[in-house]
Amino acid sequence: MTAIAQDRPTQTHAEVTRDVVATLGSHGRGYTLMLGGAVALFLVGLVTFILLLKDGMGLAGYNSPVMWSVYITTFVFWVGIGHAGTLISAILFLFRSPWRTAVYRATEAMTVFAVMTAGLFPIIHIGRQWLFYWLLPYPNQRYLWVNFKSPLLWDVFAIGTYLTVSTTFLVVGLVPDIAAVRDHVSGWRKKIYSICSIGWTGSDNQWRHYSRGYLYLAALATPLVLSVHSVVSWDFAMALVPGWHGTIFAPYFVAGAIYSGVGMVFTLLIPLRKVLHLEHMITVYHLENLAKLTLFTGSILFYAYAIEYFVAWYSGVPAEQTTFYLRAFGPMWWAGWTMIICNAFVSQLFWFKKIRTNITALFILSIFINIGMWFERFVIIVGSLGNDHIPFAWGQLNPNWADWGILAGSFGWFLMYFLLFARTFPIVAIQEIKEMIPMPRKRTGGHR
Amino acid sequence: MAKQIPGVLGSFVHVDAATDAIKTLRTQGHTDLTVYNAAPNHEIEEALEQKVSPVRLFTLVGGLIGCAAGFAMTIWMSLDWPTMVGGKPFGAIPPYTVLAFELTILFGAMFTVAGMLILSFLKPTNKLMYDEKFSDDQIGIFVPCSSDRYSAVEEVMRQAGSVEVRHAS
Repeated sequence: MTAIAQDRPTQTHAEVTRDVVATLGSHGRGYTLMLGGAVALFLVGLVTFILLLKDGMGLAGYNSPVMWSVYITTFVFWVGIGHAGTLISAILFLFRSPWRTAVYRATEAMTVFAVMTAGLFPIIHIGRQWLFYWLLPYPNQRYLWVNFKSPLLWDVFAIGTYLTVSTTFLVVGLVPDIAAVRDHVSGWRKKIYSICSIGWTGSDNQWRHYSRGYLYLAALATPLVLSVHSVVSWDFAMALVPGWHGTIFAPYFVAGAIYSGVGMVFTLLIPLRKVLHLEHMITVYHLENLAKLTLFTGSILFYAYAIEYFVAWYSGVPAEQTTFYLRAFGPMWWAGWTMIICNAFVSQLFWFKKIRTNITALFILSIFINIGMWFERFVIIVGSLGNDHIPFAWGQLNPNWADWGILAGSFGWFLMYFLLFARTFPIVAIQEIKEMIPMPRKRTGGHR
Repeated sequence: MAKQIPGVLGSFVHVDAATDAIKTLRTQGHTDLTVYNAAPNHEIEEALEQKVSPVRLFTLVGGLIGCAAGFAMTIWMSLDWPTMVGGKPFGAIPPYTVLAFELTILFGAMFTVAGMLILSFLKPTNKLMYDEKFSDDQIGIFVPCSSDRYSAVEEVMRQAGSVEVRHAS
C-alpha cells in the first residue's frame, strides 16, 4: 500500500469518537504499573530535593570549575524534548501534513509536561530555591532591575513564553474534544467534562473563530519553537568558553531538540498505543513519518558535529582544539562517543525502510536517542567547563546520588503527568481526525 | 437550564443534505440559523457565506502591544538604574530584541485566545436546542422562529433529507 492511501483514517466519525472515548478511565494492569513506576521515580526526586533544600547544594557533585552540571544538562534535555511537540502540532499544521493528526495531541501534551519539568531545573540549580522570583523583573527595595543583556534572562522569558503558549495551544485544541467526551459519558464525569468544555457546542460561529484563532496560534508558535532552543543555546554560545562559543549553536540546538523530542515521542507512544488499544489510529504509517523526521534532524546533527570539529581545528585556537580533542580522547571519552554514536550514527539507521517500519526497532533506537541526546548536553556543558582556557584550573565533575536522584525524579514527574493526562483527556485529537474523514453524502460525486 | 429560544432543530447525516437545507432556509429569510458540526467543514461554511473571523485583529494588536511592551520595559528599566554591563549602551537594542520578540509571541497568543473566547461566546448557544449527536457524527441546524413558522421550516428540513426534526416546546 502506498503512503498516500494510508494518510486518511478509515473509520467513520462515530467510530472515532467511540474509540477515543474508550481510552479514558481505567486501563488495567499495564497502565497501573507504568504509573506506579513513574510515581516511585518522582518520590526519589522529591526526597533528593528535600535533602538539597535542607543541606544545600554541596550535596550535589559540583566541583570547580564545573559549576553547571547534571541539573543544567537535564534542563536543556527536557526543553529539547518539548520541541518535537510544537513542531508536530504547529509547524506541520501550517504545512497541512496529513500524518500529524493522529499523533499531535500526545506530542503536544509531551511538550507541556517536558517544559514543566525543564522549568524546575533552573530553580533547583540556583541553590536558594525560595528566591527564584529574583529572576523576574519586579519592583524591589533596592530599585534594581534584572540584567536584560544576559542570555539567562532571555531564557527566563523564552521558557516562560513557551510554557504559556504551548499550554494554551494544548488547551485550545482540547476544548472541542472535551465537548465530544462530555456528550458520551454520564454521571459525575459528565459534570466535570461539561465544566471543562466551557459551553462548546460546535456551532458554526464557534468554529469560524476557532479555526482562524487556531491558525494564528500555530503561526505564532512556529517562530517561538525555533527561538526557544536558540535562546537556550545562547546561554552557552554567548560565553567565551571553548566548545560553547560557536555561531552554529542555535540551529544545531534546534535540530538536536527536535531529534530528541521525536525520540521521546517513540518511547512514549509505542507502549501507549498498545495499552490504550490505539494501534489502528496511530499506525506504522505515522511512526514511519516520525522516523523520517528523526533521520532528517539526526543528519543535521551529524553535520553539526562534523562542522564543530572542523571549526575547532581550522580556528587555530589551541583552547578550542584541546577541548574537542579531549571530547574524543580525554577522561570523558565515553560520554563523547556515546553522544556521537547514539545521535550521528544511530540516526543514519533510519535510511532503511525495514527499520523505519519495525516498531520494536523504533522503540529500542528511541532509547538510544534519549541517552545520546542527554549525553550531548552533558558533553557540551560539563566537558567544556572542565577544560577552560587555563589548564591550571581544569577540573572534573564528580556526579553523585544527588545528581542522579533529581534526574530520575524528573523522569518520574514527567511520566506521571503524561500518564494521568492520557487517561483523563483524549490522547488522539477527535476533532482533527474527523475533519480528515469525508462526511457521508446523499448524492454521489465530490464537493462541487 | 436557561429558557430555550423557540425554533426548529433538524439533524442530518449527509453533508449535502444539510447544505441544501441551509441554502433553502437562507433564501426564505432565515439567516440567523445555527449549524452544529463535530468538525469544521468548508461546504457548510460556504453555504452559510461566512466572512473571515475578525480574530486576526486581536492577534495583530496583541503582537504589537507585546513588541512595544518588550522594548519599553527593557529600555526603561535599563535607564531607571543605569548599570554598565559588558561595555554595551544602557538601552542596547540587539539583546532587547530577543525579549521584545518573546513578548510579541506571548501577547499575540494571549490576545488571540481572548479574541476567540469573546467572539465565540458573544453569541451564546446555551439557550439554543442542541443534541449530543452533533459532537459525534451528525450535523444539526437550529432555526430560531415563532411557532407559526414551525411546520414550514420542518418541511424544508424533511425535503432536504433530515433524519430527525424537532421543535422547541
